[in-house]
Amino acid sequence: MATTPSQGKRRRSATEPAKNKNGSSAFPSTQLDKDALVALYDKMVNIRLFEDAAQRGFRQGKVGGYMHVYSGQEAVATGFLDAHHEGDYVITAYRDHAHVLLLGSDPKAVMAELYGKGTGLVKGKGGSMHLFDVNNGFYGGYGIVGGHIPLGVGMAFGQAYQKTGGITQLYLGDGAIHNGAFHEAANLSGLWGRDGLNPCLFVLENNQYGMGTSVERATANTDLGKKFESYGIAHTKVDGMDIEAVLQVAHEAADRVRETGKPFAVEALTYRIMPHGAADFLEKYRTKEEVKKWRERDPIGLLEKRLEDEGVDESRITEIRAAAKATMDEAVKFAEESPDPDLSELLTDVYASDMVVQAAG
Amino acid sequence: MPVITYRDALRSAMAEEMERDERVVLLGEDIGVYGGTHLVTNGLIDQFGPRRVIDTPIAENGFTGAAIGMAMAGMRPIVEMMTWNFSFQAADQIIQNAAKLRYFSGGQVSVPLVIRGPNGGGVQLSAQHTHSLEGFYGHFPGLKVVSPSTPEDVKGMMLAAIRDPDPVIFLEAGALYGTKGEVPEGDYTVDFGRARVTREGTDVTLIGYGRQVPVLLRIAEKLAGDKIDAEVIDLRSIRPFDSDTIVESVKKTHRAVVVQEQWRWFSVASEVAAIIQEQAFDELDAPVERISGAEVPAPYARNLEVAAFPAEQQVIDAARRVLYLEG
Repeated sequence: MATTPSQGKRRRSATEPAKNKNGSSAFPSTQLDKDALVALYDKMVNIRLFEDAAQRGFRQGKVGGYMHVYSGQEAVATGFLDAHHEGDYVITAYRDHAHVLLLGSDPKAVMAELYGKGTGLVKGKGGSMHLFDVNNGFYGGYGIVGGHIPLGVGMAFGQAYQKTGGITQLYLGDGAIHNGAFHEAANLSGLWGRDGLNPCLFVLENNQYGMGTSVERATANTDLGKKFESYGIAHTKVDGMDIEAVLQVAHEAADRVRETGKPFAVEALTYRIMPHGAADFLEKYRTKEEVKKWRERDPIGLLEKRLEDEGVDESRITEIRAAAKATMDEAVKFAEESPDPDLSELLTDVYASDMVVQAAG
Repeated sequence: MPVITYRDALRSAMAEEMERDERVVLLGEDIGVYGGTHLVTNGLIDQFGPRRVIDTPIAENGFTGAAIGMAMAGMRPIVEMMTWNFSFQAADQIIQNAAKLRYFSGGQVSVPLVIRGPNGGGVQLSAQHTHSLEGFYGHFPGLKVVSPSTPEDVKGMMLAAIRDPDPVIFLEAGALYGTKGEVPEGDYTVDFGRARVTREGTDVTLIGYGRQVPVLLRIAEKLAGDKIDAEVIDLRSIRPFDSDTIVESVKKTHRAVVVQEQWRWFSVASEVAAIIQEQAFDELDAPVERISGAEVPAPYARNLEVAAFPAEQQVIDAARRVLYLEG
């Protein structure tokens, strides 16, 4: 049973919010000091370099199945998970590496999962699309577009019903918002939120393409926040490439959801600078010029400029990059050297009990 | 022991467990204020309030998925499918999430969820409102699937289902809601994976579940008039499945007829026949017979519907065939 202290302590926050007189926190970006910015940069570089290493593994044939990287979208999860408290839940779809890493999972275990090893985060049973680390609040990791959204709404209900004080951060892409599961779940969230029974923070990662279909080609109403509005869920937008902007909105939104028990949605406009999946080579659905234009707004590049403006020494940036590279090299080495899952694992975790599970043959 | 209906046995199981365990909540369409389309939850909203007896919009994918999330968050939700026919709308949630979460999370996540409602047809609801889904849900590892036929079993199995750490597909015999039977007093559970010999006999084994069970008992009495001593087995549980009870019976009777309302192809009866030939091949004196529904979408007209389901005479004929008494 998930029981957590009602006032979970904030952890891994790069920043400490100033409290305004209403008790809610405010994040004027000007208050972020140099060290806070450097800490955010460190996180974003780590998840970027993780994805780079994962892609190399995929191209070498060491990572199987489907794999979807988060490169270009780092500011979104980094900003929102800065507002994560112990006891909060996080759930997302299959572009899930960054979230689980930001919540504190060991890159070695995550990489080993991608490599299908017994030392992987879920013992080699889920792979890239099904990462889980419930001790850190991460509840997956789902491969069916839209299918996880009702789960997140139910988890938020569970938190409010059991008065844990926690909230659920429910991530979804722009592709998922057209799926019926979103609409049914958002309706329930708005409905239950009316009674304070749905502390669910919807984080819409609008990377502008559902696989290869742009938002414009997927809906006649491209103002995606309006979809939440239909269900009585208040919403706002944020520049998902600007970590400071995301951070401010994320904390305000999380505080609001925690205090009211009502859902809230944030549409973060972002861009996936890498292909949809590691097997999406041609990218016929978008132009090189468009990708180039967005790469100029790479959230890590933008933050680097900010650090320069703040007078952060270049050597510090070099150090962070070198340390992150070493971490990922170590993760890859660990994954490569780890043993395959024990074959006895094939038939476990189907049921809680020792109910007989049929082997192949 | 008190005699109560199948419906009341179900309701009392849920009500008693809700008294015992605050984590148990009910969700479904019109289960609260309206009282439940089949009155199974009638009155529970007055007893437990709308926070625990949750009327949902007509959106099975959404509320079933939300119930899975509640279970992941440590609650013990019970979802009512107004009828199992509507569960196709929630099939993605049930199959892709509930059944597999424990596995693809490497054992980190449990889904202690019950989804219950009436299964099967027989009251002229026609094609979209008539299905028997035990074979369909029985196919998926990670789900438990039960189909009790008596008030005693339905209460004991519901209590077991709510306390089970895995998702349970609870297929009620809708046609039997009003039937009465003795139910033990106090807290008791009926374990899954144990079939019951409902009537002992030596000549032929009749195997069924759900609303076929009282039909088989009636047939057994008719056969007794012809000096045929039939054994009747109520499977009760589809997954886990009790092969032993069936094999033991076939060792005694050497003949088996499996009866189901659902379609024959890739069905429970097919699986039972396969198990018997694998585990009791040398004991068989005749091929295993399967008596199933017609391979058509359920029709509306009364005579067509009756013709679409197994008839007592068809079962009697099959029992005679396996005894080489035909003609």
